[in-house]
Amino acid sequence: MDLSAINPVLLIASLMVAATPLLLAAIGELVVEKSGVLNLGVEGMMIVGAIAGFATAVESGSPLLGFVAAAFAGAALSVLFAILTQFAQANQVASGLSLTLFGLGLSALMGQSYVGIKPPRMGDIHIPVLSDLPVIGPILFGHDIILYFGIALTAAVWWMLKYSRMGLVLRAVGENHDAAHALGYKVLRIRLMAILFGGACAGLGGAYISLIRVPQWTEGMTAGIGWIALALVVFASWKPWRALLGAYLFGGVTVVQLNLQAAGVAIPVEYLAMSPYLITILVLVILSADKSSAPASLGRNFHASR
Amino acid sequence: MKLTNLLTSAAVALGLAAGAAWAQDKTKVGFVYVGPVGDGGWTYEHDQGRKAVEAEFGDQVETVYVENVAEGPDAERVMTQMALEGADLIFTTSFGYMDPTINVAKKFPNVKFEHATGYKRADNVSTYSARFYEGRAVQGTIAGHMTESNIVGYIGSYPIPEVIRGINSAYIHAKKVNPDVQFKIVWAFTWFDPAKEADAAKVLIEQGADVILQHTDSTAPQAAAQNAGNVITFGQASDMAEYAPKPRVSSIIDNWAPYYIARTKAVIDGTWESVDTWDGIGAGMVGIGEISDAVPAEVKEAALALKESIANGTYHPFTGPLNKQDGSAWLAEGEVADDGTLAGMNFYVEGIEGDIPQ
Repeated sequence: MDLSAINPVLLIASLMVAATPLLLAAIGELVVEKSGVLNLGVEGMMIVGAIAGFATAVESGSPLLGFVAAAFAGAALSVLFAILTQFAQANQVASGLSLTLFGLGLSALMGQSYVGIKPPRMGDIHIPVLSDLPVIGPILFGHDIILYFGIALTAAVWWMLKYSRMGLVLRAVGENHDAAHALGYKVLRIRLMAILFGGACAGLGGAYISLIRVPQWTEGMTAGIGWIALALVVFASWKPWRALLGAYLFGGVTVVQLNLQAAGVAIPVEYLAMSPYLITILVLVILSADKSSAPASLGRNFHASR
Repeated sequence: MKLTNLLTSAAVALGLAAGAAWAQDKTKVGFVYVGPVGDGGWTYEHDQGRKAVEAEFGDQVETVYVENVAEGPDAERVMTQMALEGADLIFTTSFGYMDPTINVAKKFPNVKFEHATGYKRADNVSTYSARFYEGRAVQGTIAGHMTESNIVGYIGSYPIPEVIRGINSAYIHAKKVNPDVQFKIVWAFTWFDPAKEADAAKVLIEQGADVILQHTDSTAPQAAAQNAGNVITFGQASDMAEYAPKPRVSSIIDNWAPYYIARTKAVIDGTWESVDTWDGIGAGMVGIGEISDAVPAEVKEAALALKESIANGTYHPFTGPLNKQDGSAWLAEGEVADDGTLAGMNFYVEGIEGDIPQ
């Protein structure tokens, strides 16, 4: 066992990268659920975002354009979900699940000619002086722009939900859509916006995997991260900063356990392999011991005539 | 991916209904895959084998496949479905399908099953595998020569004999040419998860490895090595030539086509019998991908000489003297490991650090 082989600076820097796709998807889903809609299609939107972003980046040579395309692709897929659940009044759970299945199949089809291709690289930002600082430099100032965007988005969503009028309306729709409707708010329109936002975030998260974290395209490459994001929203009790904490914890323990394995720590590998799930759930369950609960209208369809 | 499954089974059902109408005697061959056919590695090569069967027999056969089948109960369901829909021969292409294959084979005595990399057989179940460890010996030789940090990273999938054999073979041959070499082994506990494989590769590189060997199926570790810069890798199961000449300096290529064609022919001719096939470089089941120019000429020569001596049978990668990890004697001077021990290998050889997860 040789713990000195683990470089804590590189460790923290790489855990931030591992956590970002999860964070982006979770923040998007958090807003969707706050508006009272349960979209189980996160995985599907992520993988479609992953291939759309990848393909665009390869064709245009610009990773940033790829991310934009990924956000649009994720949002476009979520429109399907919105039509089914908000206008056709279909069951949200079933629609979300089928969105995931559809997304996985569609992405495999779209990705046929992109297997084995290398995407253009997204450069890390470099701030003179700051990025060169020992320890703090590589951790705080040496990442790609999307990683910072994820953190900024968390702050923005937190502020929006807590302090803005828009957040108040969104929460009202999620807690009691009949009351919100009676007050004159357009429940369907607000939910549609939330669903689109969630789709765009999931698409970004997917593209982060295919353009930065891995970076390449392979079928099924999101490998369940969308589902973990869904669980994370619940365990984070629909609070943005807790979602961030959960994502970093999950990403962190994932990277740490691989590091410990490589350093030859004498903990059975099976325990290490399950530790990201266990520790994340444990911490967030303890945190959610206060009385925060799900939006009251979560998963219930709204129709003005009822 | 479940959608693809659904579509495939729908296609299977349609094919059966239509097929029964005009071609009763068409031989139907099913394939069960653990990953997507586009993984660029293990499943990709099996699917190449399937296509070779189609090309060889044309209208005489009909092939079906289901991809991304989880190891476990799901696999049993898929195989049962295939057998019910009239498959005559079913290839199950992952170690974890072993018990499901045996279970389903019991229920369908007239259907022939072929299970890859396992060790349980029955009257209608054959097993087949390739001696990947022969290729690992060649990789180990190159890795031992090429490493400057003397740290070789190894991404393991599951702690099963096939993977452990590969680790041992690579280590023995790296050590032979570089006594200071050290192996760092990370178990991913997955055959296919690009994000996790990339993380594992990054961790190994961060901890000083400048050679990465992988026993997982995606090309993600290759991409991670490329980004890191001065790291070399080897293609796994498939050539992964898109990462040549560097980081990918060589590869192990699985070539299942001749075997799949031969076994399908046996079913068509009615001569199929339960057998245990374990072929290596000599028989062409294991191929060594071109060694790229990133490798110095003398190293390339040494690797090719080793490959040649394994191919013509003059050298066995597990030749004594070799000790087990705990220091106890395993093979005496000049003694060669028997296939039984190799098939069930569950120990590291002397010099490898760490424990095999149980």
